[in-house]
Amino acid sequence: MLAKPKIAFFDFTSCEGCQLTVIDALQTHLGLLDLVEIVQFREAMSEKGDDYQIAFIEGSCTRESDEQRLRAIRQQAMIVVALGACAHLGGVNAMKNRWPIEDVQTYVYGQAGRNLYESYPARPISEVIEVDYAIPGCPIDREEFVRIVQRLLQGRKPKLPDYPLCVECKLAENACLNKLGKPCLGPITRAGCHAICPSHGDGCEGCRGFISEANFTYMREILRGHGLSDVEIDAQFTMFNYYQLAAMGADAPLSQINGNGHRRHAADAEVLPASTFAAPKEA
Amino acid sequence: MTRKSTQPAPEAVNGSQVRITVHHVTRVEGHGNIVVDVRNGTLERCELEIIETPRFFEAMLRGRPYTQASHITSRICGICACGHATASLRATERALSVQLSDQTVLLRRLVMHGEMLDSHILHVYMLVAPDFLGVGSVIPLATSHPDIVKRALRMKQFAGELCAAFAGRHTHPIAMTVGGFTHFPSRQQVEALRERAEALRADVDATVELFATLPYPQFERETEFVALVQPDDYGFIDGMIGSTDHPPRPVDEYRQVTNERLAVHSTAKHTAHQRESYMVGALARFNLKHMHLHPRAQAAAAHLGLSAPCFKPYYNSVAQVVEIVHCVEDVVRLLDTALERGIVPEDPAPVTLRPGARGVGAVDVPRGVLFHEYQIGEDGLIQEANCVIPTGQNLGNIDRDMRALVPTLLSEPEDVIRHRLEMLVRAYDPCISCSTHFLNVEFVGK
Repeated sequence: MLAKPKIAFFDFTSCEGCQLTVIDALQTHLGLLDLVEIVQFREAMSEKGDDYQIAFIEGSCTRESDEQRLRAIRQQAMIVVALGACAHLGGVNAMKNRWPIEDVQTYVYGQAGRNLYESYPARPISEVIEVDYAIPGCPIDREEFVRIVQRLLQGRKPKLPDYPLCVECKLAENACLNKLGKPCLGPITRAGCHAICPSHGDGCEGCRGFISEANFTYMREILRGHGLSDVEIDAQFTMFNYYQLAAMGADAPLSQINGNGHRRHAADAEVLPASTFAAPKEA
Repeated sequence: MTRKSTQPAPEAVNGSQVRITVHHVTRVEGHGNIVVDVRNGTLERCELEIIETPRFFEAMLRGRPYTQASHITSRICGICACGHATASLRATERALSVQLSDQTVLLRRLVMHGEMLDSHILHVYMLVAPDFLGVGSVIPLATSHPDIVKRALRMKQFAGELCAAFAGRHTHPIAMTVGGFTHFPSRQQVEALRERAEALRADVDATVELFATLPYPQFERETEFVALVQPDDYGFIDGMIGSTDHPPRPVDEYRQVTNERLAVHSTAKHTAHQRESYMVGALARFNLKHMHLHPRAQAAAAHLGLSAPCFKPYYNSVAQVVEIVHCVEDVVRLLDTALERGIVPEDPAPVTLRPGARGVGAVDVPRGVLFHEYQIGEDGLIQEANCVIPTGQNLGNIDRDMRALVPTLLSEPEDVIRHRLEMLVRAYDPCISCSTHFLNVEFVGK
């Protein structure tokens, strides 16, 4: 890795909360500014440089013009990192993919506005360009971001855990929410956030994506045990992972949302297992 | 909607032909362009284009359990995540006849104060101050004025930790749920926060001193101001919709205030009430309820040269500094109340499901008043949703400010006009991912 790499931040369809988390990371790690040169960060700075080696990209691809921007970034950057669930998984943006785009456009902007603004079904950025690493989460975990940047600066491959959140929840000595009757997707969700939601009394919603060996059948059974209807269980599964599950087609563990033509956007896309992209390239 | 920067280099400036475009205005949350077109001395076009991608949250909520709504809608915006969550919860709670405990009301207020501080500190220090201190951003500011940046980060850290103590995290809140909270901090945590809030006063005073020295543009244009009002309180959650032009209305009548309409140049809808446009946010709140500010905040306003009614949009940042003072004092007071009563873990208040239940939630978030409205079926699934975002409400007013401002600047070099317009837009602290998103200045024909 270069002595002082130039890094740039880009945002696509998102709340920009992951970039804010990066700004917040400076509260405790101001020294990061000595180790890298930030050449582009529109939300925080006016200076703009197009010469960078590492690109952090927040947000999903939701329109054709996004594809051109993404390709230009890929062409310039040595390393592309997906920052947060929207870029990594499609995230909350992909919930709209459940309906034809004309339907959501008409619902929000009315008949007059339905064709006014460019939009198509949301996708993770890995559907458009090759992505080297992902920092999962909605939003990203501040410490994990710092750790991954450290590894990149050391020329090492960042690693993500591929075991369920339950491991971290146990380490945090939390009582199991599923045992307490509260729905929690911890058993099928990738760890790495220190079980922040269950530690605050709220069930995991799967924002870091699913582990490779996720047992959806048993997860559904647990949720049924809480008295959740199939519609409610589908809603649990798809808050952040609609794109992944829809891409699984007939194999998706969904009762209602799947099977209604809700396939991934690109007609030629092959079906990926939910976790293929998120797995580290090399250990 | 994306406008390509295919404009040729501007011709010699003579004041009668000005074309300026600023693409992707920086140091704002979201994406927007400013477009100015002056031909033969006549202002042909002057507007803020919102080019953020549309996100369709209202459509996405349909068919989802009401329990998910606040967690989904907090993702509208990373900066006002707690505000969206609170407005969402209030809409659901009012639809489902939920009676909140005094403790829940108190803790929600603390979370909103934390968010107000976090957002205002970010805005005035990291996004606005660089304009006055001669740097492009907070990054060089860290070298040129390290004490200022360290102070800002210190204050922001407190704000974030205040939100985290009660909501688990500022972006995105975890523990706020329909009817209450799922997590409660220990007494020691609250005592430590109280101590830190008090210790923050030195930084607050230094903030007021710093911003009292900055030369704000004096541009002024009379307009209508809208904010939530409460009797005897400078509150942010619930209340009535106050206006400088109209008697207060119940929040359920919000559509009569906002009158949303489409603007072709903006993926965020525009609004209008008594005039062509109105302004929401810190300056609107200050103008409508400055008498309820903490005495220290009132003193700060006087020191900063801010008095009501103030029609100077650049002073919105000044009003934010005043609100920083107020919130820190009010946090100390609210934490004292919490310590006096003791924070007792309690279950969320129960909901009553019935067919077609509707409710409106209103919260004055950092950038102004935010409305969420839901209709929820007997099965607990959301049937209809509507959100009206502060930045959307300000867009019409920003356009009109720019149209009034540009003719006064035509003798200035293009760079000055461009910078002044960017600063104007930034003063509104637009949050474009919310309203959809924001900024670039496009000067099309100087």
